[in-house]
Parts: sequence; structure tokens; C-alpha cells
Amino acid sequence: MTYQPQKDFGTPESRSNEAVSLTIDGRNVTVPAGTSVMRAAAEQGTSIPKLCATDSVKSYGSCRLCLVEIDGRKGTPASCTTPVEPGMVVHTQTPHLAKLRKGVMELYISDHPLDCLTCAANGDCELQDQAGAVGLRDVRYDVQATHLGQEKDHSNPYFDFDPSKCIACSRCIRACDEVQGTLALTMEGRGWDSKISAGFASDNFMGSECVSCGACVQACPTATLVEKKVVEVGTPERSVVTTCAYCGVGCTFRAEMRGEQLVRMVPSKDGKANRGHSCVKGRFAWGYAQHQERILKPMIRASISDPWREVEWDEAFAYTASELKRISAKYGRNALGGITSSRCTNEETFLVQKLVRAGFGNNNVDTCARVCHSPTGYGLKTTFGTSAGTQDFDSVEDSDVILIIGANPTDGHPVFASRMKRRLRGQDGRPGAKLIVIDPRRTDIVRSPHIEAQHHLPLRPGTNVAVLSAMAHVIVTEGLTDEAFIRERCDWDEYSHWAEFVSQARNSPENLQPVTLVDAEDLRAAARLYATGGNGAIYYGLGVTEHSQGSSTVMAIANLAMATGNIGRRGVGVNPLRGQNNVQGACDMGSLPHELAGYRHISDGDARRLFEDDWGVTLDPEPGLRIPSMLDAAVDGVFKALYCQGEDILQSDPNTAHVSAGLAAMECVIVHDLFLNETANYAHIFLPGSTFLEKNGTFTNAERRIQPVRKVMTPLNGLEDWEVTQRLAQAMGLDWNYSHPSEIMDEIARLTPTFAGVSFARLDEAGSLQWPVTADAPEGSPIMHVDGFVRGKGKFVVTDYVPTDEKTGPRFPLLLTTGRILSQYNVGAQTRRTENVAWHPEDLLEIHPVDAEDRGLKSGDWVKLASRAGETTLRATVTDRVAPGVVYTTFHHAVTQANVVTTDFSDWATNCPEYKVTAVQISASNGPTEWQEEYEALSTRSRRVEAGIPAE
Amino acid sequence: MNTVERLILMANQIATNLATDDAPVAAVADHIQQFWDPRMKQLIFAHGTDGLSPVAAAAIGRLADAQNGA
Repeated sequence: MTYQPQKDFGTPESRSNEAVSLTIDGRNVTVPAGTSVMRAAAEQGTSIPKLCATDSVKSYGSCRLCLVEIDGRKGTPASCTTPVEPGMVVHTQTPHLAKLRKGVMELYISDHPLDCLTCAANGDCELQDQAGAVGLRDVRYDVQATHLGQEKDHSNPYFDFDPSKCIACSRCIRACDEVQGTLALTMEGRGWDSKISAGFASDNFMGSECVSCGACVQACPTATLVEKKVVEVGTPERSVVTTCAYCGVGCTFRAEMRGEQLVRMVPSKDGKANRGHSCVKGRFAWGYAQHQERILKPMIRASISDPWREVEWDEAFAYTASELKRISAKYGRNALGGITSSRCTNEETFLVQKLVRAGFGNNNVDTCARVCHSPTGYGLKTTFGTSAGTQDFDSVEDSDVILIIGANPTDGHPVFASRMKRRLRGQDGRPGAKLIVIDPRRTDIVRSPHIEAQHHLPLRPGTNVAVLSAMAHVIVTEGLTDEAFIRERCDWDEYSHWAEFVSQARNSPENLQPVTLVDAEDLRAAARLYATGGNGAIYYGLGVTEHSQGSSTVMAIANLAMATGNIGRRGVGVNPLRGQNNVQGACDMGSLPHELAGYRHISDGDARRLFEDDWGVTLDPEPGLRIPSMLDAAVDGVFKALYCQGEDILQSDPNTAHVSAGLAAMECVIVHDLFLNETANYAHIFLPGSTFLEKNGTFTNAERRIQPVRKVMTPLNGLEDWEVTQRLAQAMGLDWNYSHPSEIMDEIARLTPTFAGVSFARLDEAGSLQWPVTADAPEGSPIMHVDGFVRGKGKFVVTDYVPTDEKTGPRFPLLLTTGRILSQYNVGAQTRRTENVAWHPEDLLEIHPVDAEDRGLKSGDWVKLASRAGETTLRATVTDRVAPGVVYTTFHHAVTQANVVTTDFSDWATNCPEYKVTAVQISASNGPTEWQEEYEALSTRSRRVEAGIPAE
Repeated sequence: MNTVERLILMANQIATNLATDDAPVAAVADHIQQFWDPRMKQLIFAHGTDGLSPVAAAAIGRLADAQNGA
């Protein structure tokens, strides 16, 4: 479509059910009570001049441009701050108003640079538009003093701040306060001296608490805050609505383009997950798509000690197919397997698992959910009957108590965190929700502007189940359960068995305190608050799942929600915050070795026949190998070929030495990716991938929302990823003939009951759909288990606390837990190739002052981080965010490779690795470890590309 | 840790976590049946009961018997 800015109604929407009718400029309009006159006018297509108003923030009434006349009222009230009333008669254009507005604009322009023709916002500037709208033709003032000529702040890598162009409307400050919730910006000085400031006067944007979410840039009506890319290339000429490829929030963006060049990503107000907001990654960190290190030609080599040789696609597919067939013939069909990607589309993951099941002839397909949310799949399917969260994101607006366990939403899911923080702060006289945080670290949300958790329970890593058992003990023994809900919705006998178990004295908070290190009284108070505080919603992340009892913890969470009746309506629920953009979708699409699309077990004959009839093959009824089992089988010499799409298991999976041994033992490792990632060091075939900007498809976010991904530019490598998999399948002899991903979705819908009503046409129409989308729920299902659980009766499962086998001791006295940071994403393959490295150039080790002092360490020191599995070095930062005895780091940088130290221990039910608990020792270091040096040498050797023969 | 040692660890871990089930042996056998690939099952059958907890050993035995048609 031709470029159109998003419509701005001036003030936020009113949620009132009461309708009010009024007349504006002779036309009748009916709007919800509480709507401003400005918004009512905008809804009927009347544009009232404005500068300080925008519909993402509350009205402010400072610019005096939106004045109107109202019959029966004195003066000229500001339309942004005047609510509609029944029968009101409003005039937006009168000679008196025109004179007032022109006078106001004249004052603004008298102190604004008149460099419109060379300004970055030329043609996309509200000040310029309004000057035109009010008919300003000249400025009469002979201004002696101005705000012009001030120094620009270029410190942020993505946007500039030019105070000379500021009109002091405060839209940026209010966006930072109300939309993002960071409150980084302020108005320094008063009156004539007013100036927008990032934090203290001495701060620039980069040095301030600004998280670079872009809300201020989006809110700015002038070029005061403007994207560097717009300064560089100019304003966009068209836009395409698509879905962000970073975290599981799944923000809707407008990719604003000039030709095939992406100018900027702007969060869409129509996005139902993000409601017009964004974070630094989705908004700005897309430069990796054109990064010079992207590989654009297929490459092959006989051995990983050889340099790569570039080939044409035809040769690559023929060679790959011949290798896979050779290995299948020599070692048997079970020697092959594949890994689907949670970063790729539903359609792409569906094809990879189809290739494995129908082409390779086995079920050796797995996905990176293995290392993140596989326990969610197991736990929620067991207790509720389906492997997904229960709510939509909007639901948080009706929560009274928010319990966050093992999640760090301000870093991992920042856009949803902003929505959560808005609810926690309270709004328009409605008190904020209460907050309980269960986390070994004092994460940012525990205490941030206008938010303070009522209870932060800093548990010892690895004791989630014990903490939840103790909470259940309090709720049951103090009679705080919702018996009516349980009797109606759950299996009473199973509940009784569970209640009897949690009531045992051994599960009391006091008894478990020595294990969990959580103060018993605080835990009791938190349990009472969750059970009795109104709508209670639980949000959790990988701090729950990545443990030896990850699945038990998910079930313990489900038990708590059912026991308190917090399921089946808005404001409550059990909400896994998914790590990657399409973890939910990859699992939905049958990427797990024991399940077909729609979570039907491979041993289910009816389900299997459905696929067999459609695909014309016979499927193996036995489950296939999980990723760790593939690596074991490789080391044993029986698993020989792996097709790995869009994952970097060498960096992301635990115990790097074991992963590398498994990969090194294979004869054909096929990496299908944007970059020569760490896994590619062990690859024999490299198939270049396409970015989310270069393909069509769908992602499914953490709220089960299926959203379109739209191609905005031609793939630099020549093929979309689904085409690469199809061409490989064809080379293997499979008769696949998809001409567009919509045909793949049609097949998914045909074979998957929960997707029955999904098609690209329906998604285009609705914007997005939350599964299940069925004949009974054609518009999708924002909330699940409304009238009953998917499995019938909700199942209480006894979850006894079992300490992990990973023990601290004299050699390894500290517990390491790992996580992520706002500016980086997963293994960093994308974000490390953007300016986001300005915030996080290296992984750091957080260590408590007491532990640091014991070891003579200070912030900035290089330290050796050693476990039973391996050792690495990185720099320390001393902080009381972590408790004594606990250290923390991220895993974003290949140089550090935090997973060299993580172990093979894993969740009992799913083998999800126990990333969150590793016994370690920290000591001073003066250089990289032997592993780091050897790995660096291997990487350099392995990434060599044979020099091409120049054309004559 | 070799593959068999890992399978023993996994089986024992499953047994420990399903110990509170009404029928733990059946629950462990069902879990392994549903989630382990055929080779993993064959390896643990061939290994026998060394190192396995009583519940894990009974579950593995039950699966092996079922496979052998006992």
C-alpha cells in the first residue's frame, strides 16, 4: 500500500459501555462515554488541529491548538481534555478559533528552525502539517532569544535527539511514563528554560535509563526525536504489516519501506499482542538482515577440516539428497533426523517435520522447545489437556494479583512487561494489581518506578517445587481454596489426594525454609495474597522449565491455579512466557518426536492414518529421538545425519563438549541458517536462510495467536526457507508442489483440528487468530478452559520436591543460573550483528559482594567460571541483585559460551536441560581457558571459504 | 556418562518423580513407552536392572515382557 501514517485519534479509546450522542460541525456522532471531544471528532472523520495530543497517552491540554467552541459554554475549551456529553453541540472551525490557532502556531514557529526542506521529518511532521492546517503564512515576531542551535544528542545508536526542534509538548515523556513505564525522561527547567532531558541533566540518552523502546520517537510530533535511518535514507513510501521475529510476545509491526529498503519498523496500533508498543529489538535491531556476514550461497565440503566451497542451489540440493540417501542406505533410516526452528514460520517447521517423518521415514524430529518450554507442553497437557497458555495478553488488564515465577519479563518479554507494569501502577484512580515475584534474582520488575512487589521470594535455585508446595500447603490448610470451582471443574478424588499431600507438615513453609531459603512468613503472606486477592494470574518463564523438575513445577503451578479457581476467565490463568517468536507454533506443528501436529501422540492410530492418507506414506508409530538422544546416538555411532534449520545447538544447548562430540561424530550435518553459526563449525552442508522480512508465513505467539509474516523484500539468498526445504524434499524424491505458504497452512488446517478454521485469507481478514479456531470458535479462543477443561476434568498432580542431582560442594560451592538481557536475543546470532552490542558487548558474571570479596574480585575483573562440565572466562560485575551463593550470566556471546559449563542434567519428563542450576566455582583469571583457545582456532579454521575461481 | 548410564539416570529420575502416583510402576512404564525411542528402550532392556531403582526396574521389566509377548 502507499504510505499512510497510522491514524491518530488524539486521545485513548474509552472502554465504557454507555453511549453518548453529540453533534460536531453539524454531524451527529455516537461514542462511548468518557471519550474526548477530540476523539469523537476524529472518529467521524473531523480532524481538529493538535500537537500535544496523541492517542497512545492520556490527554494533557498544553498546546492550546485543539480549542473548540461548544454551544452553551463559555470560552474555547481544549477538545482533548473535554469529555463528550449527551446533546453537546461542538464547532471545530470558526473564525475565532482560526485566529486563536494561528496565534498559537505563530508562537511555536517563532522558536522553531525553518529548515523544513532539509529536515528528516519533511513530509512526516505534525508541526509542519498543523502550520498548514491553521493557514500560518508568516511570523511577525522579531525574536531575540530562541532555543535554536542547541547541541544534538547522537548517543543512541538508533535515534537522534535535536532539542532545537522540540516544542516541549511532553509527548515523549508521557510515552516513556505511560506506554513503556520506564520513566526515563523528564522536563528539565521551567518556563522558557524547559528542556526534555533523559534522566539527570548530565545524562545523554545512551547514559540514561532509556531502554530504547522507541515509544518517544513514535510519539514525537516533530523531528526532535527521529530514527537515524530516516535521517540517512528519507521517509518511507509504503508500509506492510508483519510480525516481529524476536520474542514470544509477537508484536505487530508496520515495515515502512522505500522500494525494497526497510526504513523503519513501527509498532502497529492494531497489533493485538503489542497494542502499538515495541522494544529495542523489534523496533530497531533488524540490521542483521543485511549484515555483511550473511551467507547468500549454498556451500558444501566433504570434511569439517576442509574449507567451504560455494555451489549453486541445484548442486547443493542434489549433493544433500545424495548424502542423506547414502547414509540411510548404509546405516538405516533411523540414522537421520532433523531440528525445526522456533525462529522460522509455522509453515517452515511443518515442512521440516514432514520431511523427517515422510521423507527420512522416522520420527527423529525435535525443536528448540526441547531446551526451553517442553515442560510446559508436558505439564499443561497433563493437568489441563492442552499444551498452551490459557489467556490472551489483554487479560492482564483485569488481574488483581500477578504472580511471576522464573521469568524476567522486562528483559525477556519487554512489550508485555510494559502492559503488565501499566496494570501494576494502576490507572485513572483504579489501584494497581499486587505483585508477587518468585526468583533467585532481584529482577527489574521487583522494584521499578511506581512499582514495588508486595513479596519477592528469592528462593535457592532448584527449589521451585518446594516453594509451590509450601504455597499450596498454606492455601489448603488455611481453607483458602475455591471448593465450588474444584468440585465443578476438577476431579475431586485427585484433588483430595493432592490436598492431603500438600497438607502434610513436611510441606509447610516453616519446614521447607531451610531448603528454599524463603522466609516462611513472607511465603505464607504471598500464598494468602494469591488465593484471596481477587483475580490471580501466574506468568512464568524458563526459570520454571529449565530445571530437573521443570515439568513438575508447571504442574504445581497448574495445581495452584485450579485450587484457587483462577482459570477460565479474564484476569487469571497460567501463562508461559515463550522465549522465541514461534516456540508455540513449532510445537503446535508437530516438531516433537512423539507428537504429530496438534499434540496427537504418534502412537494414536487414527491421527497417524489421517496424515498417512494425506501424505501417501506409512508413518513409524514409535516416538523418535529428542535432541540430547540424537547426540548420544551420534556419539554411539548410529546417528549420522542432521538437518538443522534455524537453530544453533552448539551455542544454545547444554554441555557444549557433549554437543560438539555428537556433531563431530556425524557424517552429514546440514545447517540451514542466515550465518555461519557455531553449529556450522561442524557442518558439511550450509544452506543459506532467509530473514522474516524476506518470506511469507505465520508465527504463533505465547497467547496462541497465529499472525501473518509478510514478505517485504526479495530474499538475498534467492529462496524463502520453505522453498529450500521443498527443493530438498523434491531432490529426495518427494512429490511436493507448494506454490505458496498459504497452501501449507491449508494442509495444516486440514490435518489439525485446532487449526481447522485457519487460512491466510481468514488471517488477512481478522489480523490474527488465537487457536483453537474451529466451527465452534470461528473467531478463535482468547481465553481457554472457559466452560470446562480441554481434557474434561482438571487434573491435580502430586508434585513432590526432589532435589537436583547437581550438588554444590567444596570444589563447586556456588550455584550458577543463566538468563537473558533486554538488548540481546538468545544466542545473539541476530542481535550481536546490530548496534545492540552498544548495550551488551559481552556476557558478564553477576556475583554477590560477599562472594566477590571472599575471592578478592571486583567489577570488571576477568574470572574463570568452572563447573564439573567445563570452564570459561568472562568479566565479573559485583551486585546484590543475586543472593550470596548464587551467580548469574547470560549466554548471548559465542566467545563466552556459557553452556560450556552447564551440565547434562535435565527435566525428568522432557529432558529440558537444567540450565538454571549448575554448581560452579569462580576464581580470578588472567586469560581465556584452554577450551576457549581451542574453540577459537577451530572456528577460524572451520569458517574458511575456498577462494572462487575468477570468471574469464 | 555413556548412553546406558544416562538412560539409567533418566529411568530412575522418572521413577522418583512418579513415586507418588497411585500405580508408580505402570506410570513409569507408560512414560517410557510414550517418550523413549525404540533404540533407547532396547538399550535399557539389554542392560538389565543394575543401577535401577526398584520401581524403574519393575517398569522396565514390564515393558520388556510386553515386547517379548510374555
